[in-house]
Amino acid sequence: MTQTLLLELSVAVLFLPLVSFLILIFFGKKLPRQGDFVGLAFLGVSLALSVAILYAKISFFHEELLNYTFTWIDLGNVALFGSMKFDLGVMIDNLTAVMLVVVTLISFLVHLFSTKYMAGDIRYSRYYAYLGIFSFSMLGIVIANNFLSMYIFWELVGLSSYLLIGHWYEKKSASDASKKAFVTNRVGDFGFFIGIMILWANYHTLTYEGVYGAIAGGLMPFQSSWWMTAAGILIFCGAVGKSAQFPLHVWLPDAMEGPTPVSALIHAATMVAAGVYLIARTFPMLTADALMVIAYVGAITAFISATIAIAQNDIKKVLAYSTVSQLGYMVMGLGVGAFSAGTMHLVTHAAFKAGLFLGSGSVIHAMHNALHHMHDHHTDAQDIRNMGGLRKKMPFTFWTFVIFTIAISGVPLTSGFLSKDAILAGTIAYGQLTGHMLIPIIGFLVAGLTAFYMFRIVILAFMGEHKDEKRFEHVHESPLAMTLPLMLLAVLSFFAFYSLNPFTAAGGWFFHAIERPETVVPAVMAATSTEVFEEAEHHAHMTAMILSLIVAGLGILIAFTTYYWKKINADAIAAKLAPLHLFLLNKWYFDELYEAVAVNGTKGLARVLAWFDSKVIDGIVNAAGSITKIGAIVSGKFDSIVVDGFVNLTATVAGGFGLVLRKVQTGRVQSYIVFAILGIVVLFFVYRAV
Amino acid sequence: MALHVTLQHFLIVSAILFSLGLFAVVTRRNAIMVLMGIELILNSANINFLAFSRYNALQIDGQMAAIFVIILAAAEAAVGLAIVLNIFKNFNTVNVDEISSMKQ
Repeated sequence: MTQTLLLELSVAVLFLPLVSFLILIFFGKKLPRQGDFVGLAFLGVSLALSVAILYAKISFFHEELLNYTFTWIDLGNVALFGSMKFDLGVMIDNLTAVMLVVVTLISFLVHLFSTKYMAGDIRYSRYYAYLGIFSFSMLGIVIANNFLSMYIFWELVGLSSYLLIGHWYEKKSASDASKKAFVTNRVGDFGFFIGIMILWANYHTLTYEGVYGAIAGGLMPFQSSWWMTAAGILIFCGAVGKSAQFPLHVWLPDAMEGPTPVSALIHAATMVAAGVYLIARTFPMLTADALMVIAYVGAITAFISATIAIAQNDIKKVLAYSTVSQLGYMVMGLGVGAFSAGTMHLVTHAAFKAGLFLGSGSVIHAMHNALHHMHDHHTDAQDIRNMGGLRKKMPFTFWTFVIFTIAISGVPLTSGFLSKDAILAGTIAYGQLTGHMLIPIIGFLVAGLTAFYMFRIVILAFMGEHKDEKRFEHVHESPLAMTLPLMLLAVLSFFAFYSLNPFTAAGGWFFHAIERPETVVPAVMAATSTEVFEEAEHHAHMTAMILSLIVAGLGILIAFTTYYWKKINADAIAAKLAPLHLFLLNKWYFDELYEAVAVNGTKGLARVLAWFDSKVIDGIVNAAGSITKIGAIVSGKFDSIVVDGFVNLTATVAGGFGLVLRKVQTGRVQSYIVFAILGIVVLFFVYRAV
Repeated sequence: MALHVTLQHFLIVSAILFSLGLFAVVTRRNAIMVLMGIELILNSANINFLAFSRYNALQIDGQMAAIFVIILAAAEAAVGLAIVLNIFKNFNTVNVDEISSMKQ
């Protein structure tokens, strides 16, 4: 297998889902089963190719960077700018290869899961078509080797997310949520775009290679290190939008209005991880200051959303805030410099969070069917307070859900334990090296909160007794097409797939394959060097492991005492701390704050502009109109008096002459002849003398 | 005194004939008469052609022109009489004074 073949295969992986999209969007309704097998088949081939690429990349080209660039548009020399050329291309390093498998695997499993979950949906084939375009765009982000195509696919991902959130657009909340997601993402993408423009203006290229080469050559944007940091943070703004980081995290929980498999694919495993992937890609150009901002944003996000998740009752909302919190974890991990740990958490989280969402989909499906059977249209199928005892009826869903939950909580022997531990060790090292101790503190706090709220759902939904005996009889385990993806993802949530040592990821193939890239910014501005950081991380590892086991254990213990043994009365505490509970239940009032500041601010600005328009601009336009009108009247008078006067005068003069001259024209031929003869005689006498 | 006929004599006769023809064209009310006046004018021109041909060394050019004029006169008479006939049909008169519908 050659490098060229690998690149060609990766391009095939990219375009197969696009072909699936084109077939389904045009012919989907005419195909048998509305064409769901087309999407499944194409994604299956994509998945197989991705696995082959990953295997070949890790085994045969472990250290190489496979890169292919071509010039898309060459505008030659442009005035005031210089040589203007747009290069596109694809690139495969170990991170790309891993991400290809993650995206195609989750996408394939979601396709499979949806065949049952979405059965009978009114826009079934369109749903599969959108899944295709989403997979295409996401793979495009992953294999891009330049900021330009990254940005293009970035926006395409935003579009497909918008389409899928609004899949049931007849529901107002769904169409509102899709708009909110799109607009909120635009805010972040605006910063991303400015960041790209800073690079473009200074380096005249957008390939990672070109930009990092120029920075490594000592060329700062606008000759200022300040701009270097700014460019990094602005590009990070894109990640803030897509990965739902504070303060743009508000769209992700609302995005749960989309079908649950979509939430698993887009809003848990892949698209929201695109922001983390972006940070990983731009990691070499991030300065120490930029990384500090990133670490704090991640930490704040992780903390805020973990606290909110405690108070939510909708199973998907809890998972959504848990996703935001875990994304904060990854961002924080990358920010502190634990590169391999952050990206590994991205991969492990993709597996168990997709599993959690698909599991919740299975539960909602069962609840929904039971409620439908009883003609009950008032009970909320997603509210955990209406569930309970489901473990007896849905054993596969229950056990896989438990595995995902212990993975996300960071219990040993799971993949989540490895990646979370590595991140926590990184935060401790960062705290020791730079003095920002707040970050590890938040990290451990959030680890405890995560264990608590995840076990809260498990206990409330699956254990104890069901709330309604009659309804419980109608609850059934989901079909194999839905449980099979769950089991697969559950298997992938064990440590063995990432590292053979269950207590540290450091010796595994993942940490070996994906290493922190060397920074290209000058040493004065760069973060602590890899050697020093890894040394500190290594020392912190034991502390991190023990501490994280303690907090996770505490979280699980509190969850059991509160909800299983009922030693602590949760409602009583909520009543006692009513303001706090309300504060968390209402998600820190972020929506209300944005409503008041951003939405009403925009409306107010619109009103001011409308006033300006109607008073000032209209005034100017009307004044211009009046002046023109007066000019027209004057011009009209001039026309009717002076110009018409001249014309009439000419006509009158000509008429007068005509009146005089017509007397000669008698109409008698003979008199004309007489005149002619007289004329000749006169001429004769005039010229005779000559 | 020998009667010596010179060019002047011819020209005088021709002039008299021309004047009579012109007089007829101008004074006659009847269209036929006007046409006949035109014939006189043409014939006076013929006399001029022949006279000049006779007294100047012009060989037979004059005779040729005269024959041409005669042919022309015949054609003119045919067309003219046809026009008069049509005028009579339309106006029921051949009095040229009464035929003035072209005048406003």
